[in-house]
Amino acid sequence: MIYLDNSATTKQYDEVTELIYKVSKETFGNPSSLHAAGFEAAKMLKAARGQLSALLPSGGQVIFTSGGTESDNMALISSAAKLKRRGKKIITTAVEHPAVTETCKRLKQDGFEIEYIPVGENGCISAYEVAEALTEDTILVSIMSVNNETGAIFPVNDIAESVKRYNKEHGTEIIFHTDAVQAFGKIDLTACKADLISASAHKFHGPKGVGLLFMKDSLKLPAFITGGGQESGLRSSTENTTGIAGMGLAAEMSGRDMDAKIRAVSEVSEYFKNVIMGEIADVRINGSDEPGHSMSDVGKRLPTVLNLTFEGTRGEVLLHTLEQDGIYVSTGSACSSNHPGESPVLKAMGLTPKQIEGALRFSFSEFNTREETDIVIDKVKTAVERFRRLGSYQ
Amino acid sequence: MKKNLYIVRCGEVALKGMNKPHFERVLLQRVKKALEIYEETEAMWVEGLMFVRVPASVPEDEVIERCVRVFGVASVSPAVQAPKDINEIGRMAADFMQDVIKADDIKTFKVKAKRADKNFPIQSPEIARQVGGMVLKECKVLAVDVHRPDCTLNVDVRREAAYIYRDKVKGFGGLPLGTNGKGFILMSGGIDSPVAAFMMAKRGMSIEAVHFHSYPYTSQRAQEKVEDLVKVLAGYMGSVKMHVINLLPIQEEIVKNCPEDETTLLVRRFMMRIAEKIAEKNGGMMLITGEDLGQVASQTAEALVVTDNVVSMPVMRPLIAMDKVDIMDKAREIGTYDISIQPYEDCCTVFLPKHPVTKPKLAKIEKSESKLDVDELVKAAVESEEIITIEP
Repeated sequence: MIYLDNSATTKQYDEVTELIYKVSKETFGNPSSLHAAGFEAAKMLKAARGQLSALLPSGGQVIFTSGGTESDNMALISSAAKLKRRGKKIITTAVEHPAVTETCKRLKQDGFEIEYIPVGENGCISAYEVAEALTEDTILVSIMSVNNETGAIFPVNDIAESVKRYNKEHGTEIIFHTDAVQAFGKIDLTACKADLISASAHKFHGPKGVGLLFMKDSLKLPAFITGGGQESGLRSSTENTTGIAGMGLAAEMSGRDMDAKIRAVSEVSEYFKNVIMGEIADVRINGSDEPGHSMSDVGKRLPTVLNLTFEGTRGEVLLHTLEQDGIYVSTGSACSSNHPGESPVLKAMGLTPKQIEGALRFSFSEFNTREETDIVIDKVKTAVERFRRLGSYQ
Repeated sequence: MKKNLYIVRCGEVALKGMNKPHFERVLLQRVKKALEIYEETEAMWVEGLMFVRVPASVPEDEVIERCVRVFGVASVSPAVQAPKDINEIGRMAADFMQDVIKADDIKTFKVKAKRADKNFPIQSPEIARQVGGMVLKECKVLAVDVHRPDCTLNVDVRREAAYIYRDKVKGFGGLPLGTNGKGFILMSGGIDSPVAAFMMAKRGMSIEAVHFHSYPYTSQRAQEKVEDLVKVLAGYMGSVKMHVINLLPIQEEIVKNCPEDETTLLVRRFMMRIAEKIAEKNGGMMLITGEDLGQVASQTAEALVVTDNVVSMPVMRPLIAMDKVDIMDKAREIGTYDISIQPYEDCCTVFLPKHPVTKPKLAKIEKSESKLDVDELVKAAVESEEIITIEP
């Protein structure tokens, strides 16, 4: 198997799998229990919080959740609940993950106004446009760190600065949230200036069903899930201790030599991109050509993601062709005759329906090698040629 | 073990003259098969009615649901058996109604009596009157309403015993499966073909399915959808065999060598040929399609002539004169609709021409086809078949 769908999910580290097995058997206590078994579990949570905090800014707390989607929901819904008397406007982008866009739609039904900042051809927004959109009625800005379909790195820190400045000048309390699901564990977020940061364990080789929301200490959000008062009362429910322990270790392992690792991924994916572009005609990069390796490489592409359109083909067919050889990638659209499910992200970038149809996303992790990409290049070439030979019908 | 009684009525089987014992025997087997998961279930024919006894621990709805799915069953009623004594009948009828009142909130009832055994001393209207009186006495909440009762209580006095029952739950009717040969349905993931298969099976025909896909142009999920559809059908027919064929090599040849506007028709002709070969190999006598006159370009009268032309087996098209809305209703009724509308592409839509020919001429189609090695392509496709058995 050659797995190039790491934006969808990643392979869990073996060490994480082993740890989960071990703590499932041994450390099964409820962290809220007063006895020693409970205390052991509580200690394990504390250790995981430490491992995760090491990859996050200081001056905040980590709230464990069931995953990126819940973290985004909590960030948006609890912020809106807190500030609903101060204003109605929420600023976001046209290319967020559904966890954010769908939650915004729901908030709109509850009377909030949503402003969507458009993206340019490279799939990125301008921090200036966000700054211009701020008003005294604004309560929340939610903008992703890295786009999951194109890898575009967003100007999160510039936006954070604008929001802070605006708050200072106008006495507003605008909260800034960033969905960093694609960035956490891959690039350094310790200098991230957002008030709220979402992350999800299974995107950095941890287990599924567990994630976190980082919250600045200065920010006090109302409870998202009420109950037994876990997670400082913000998110009740007995903690997913095994998942959290696994997420902690995955963060620690991802965080080791993070910069060197992202550059290694970059080498593999750049090699792949260059050969593909050289050997196959009419391929278009959806997003930036240039790889970026940190939060400050705004507008560039995190090399974990490479979205390409093979003109005159259908991504879904290419996907199934590659699947026959055990190569797993993803499409820009779930195309089907009676279900036009084209990617809103690529659409927002101005791609034509045909270009969206021909889009494939290759997403890399530290486990992918240049040798693997050589095989993939070969198979992609054959698949594209085969399709294009029958192309007059498409 | 305490058992509950169900009366199963057959529809047309009763009309079958000399073949009646055969049909009855098959229907009995089918009902027994449908209920075989319950231990110690008995079923037998007694003078034109099937009496089924199932352990009382099995919920009534479940037994009824299983029975009405058997083709050939006209209706089913949960019943109680009473000795042929009017006081006993009255007492048991009152008990029966107590249970009915508990289960459903009913206020009014009437009694309908039938005396098949003319030796029974009391005539039908009098049976009804006396039983009604006894029920009223025991069930104080009830009143009689002969015009629009909430519940009709039936009393049938037959030779061997008397039977008390309430509703008849309707079955699909038709004829017992396996009494009418074997047909091969060209099964897509759409709305029509499952309904067509169902309708032929309902007339007693055993069914095997032939499914064509164009992987990797179609996805594995598309085939899984077809398997889900066949699984629903298997709920009526028992396990169903499905022959799966990848049509892509043929489609590629057609696309490379033949005019675009004829693609769909040419593909249809290959499907028919392949299905016929598979049917011949497996004891099939007919092909079945979900075609509906004029629904799409490949289903115009002219197109059907052209597709029919390649096979000698009769092609059954049970939906041919139905309107789409009626087919959709039928699909909802049998439980395939929600699966059929899931959005996965099937092989028919993969190489859809922009302007398909609607009034094809046989001679022209044959000429286009002459560029292909038809026999070899069909042979290769048949040899590549994958067979899966889908259990209910």
